[in-house]
Amino acid sequence: MKEWTFEANIDRISWLTDQVNEELEKLDCPMKAQMQIDVAIDELLANIASYAYDLDAGETTVRFDFDADTRTVSLTFIDSGVPYDPLAKPDPDVTLSVEQREVGGLGIFLVKKTMDDMTYVRRDGRNELTIRKRI
Amino acid sequence: MTIEKKQNGSSLTIAVQGRLDTTTAPDLEKEIKSGLDGVTELIMDFEKLDYISSAGLRVLLSAQKVMSKQGSMKVIHVSDLVMEVFEVTGFTDILTIE
Repeated sequence: MKEWTFEANIDRISWLTDQVNEELEKLDCPMKAQMQIDVAIDELLANIASYAYDLDAGETTVRFDFDADTRTVSLTFIDSGVPYDPLAKPDPDVTLSVEQREVGGLGIFLVKKTMDDMTYVRRDGRNELTIRKRI
Repeated sequence: MTIEKKQNGSSLTIAVQGRLDTTTAPDLEKEIKSGLDGVTELIMDFEKLDYISSAGLRVLLSAQKVMSKQGSMKVIHVSDLVMEVFEVTGFTDILTIE
């Protein structure tokens, strides 16, 4: 298990991506799964940075785990910002025309579609969002 | 991310290299916004694009909205991974992909 705690800021996305990729490479993770996980990191950290703490920058903890039996990577994003369950939002309508399309709401949907599993829990005043991906 | 622009008359080709994500999408948006005057054909070349997140999709959508009014836009050299992102988000119906 690996764990990183840092200020929830979009400037840290590429740093976190590098840390996670380093772990994934040790596990011989296929390139496609790695890039899907990288995209998920981008979406989830950007979400925490923009929603969880409003204007005050807060900390976030990201936990990396690997289950060798099922070859499943899990990443848990923890923040102590306002309660925010991204899974509670309805999926965007992906059949609308270009004129009708809104420029938001696609991120979480994309993560849902590319990960094997996604769970949210509000625990001890913190948001915990976990994604899992078999590699 | 590296952005390479090539203008040929009213045709503009933008080649994007690297990751198109939350951190880099604003740069591409700036390049596109400042460069579309008088452009009737916009070509996005994604041959060297590693991956795209929703921030990148937003930029593509707003570029498509502009180009629908003043000409056409197409996306070329799309990798399997990027194509899958376009498919699950319905962008295959919005964009012209070659």
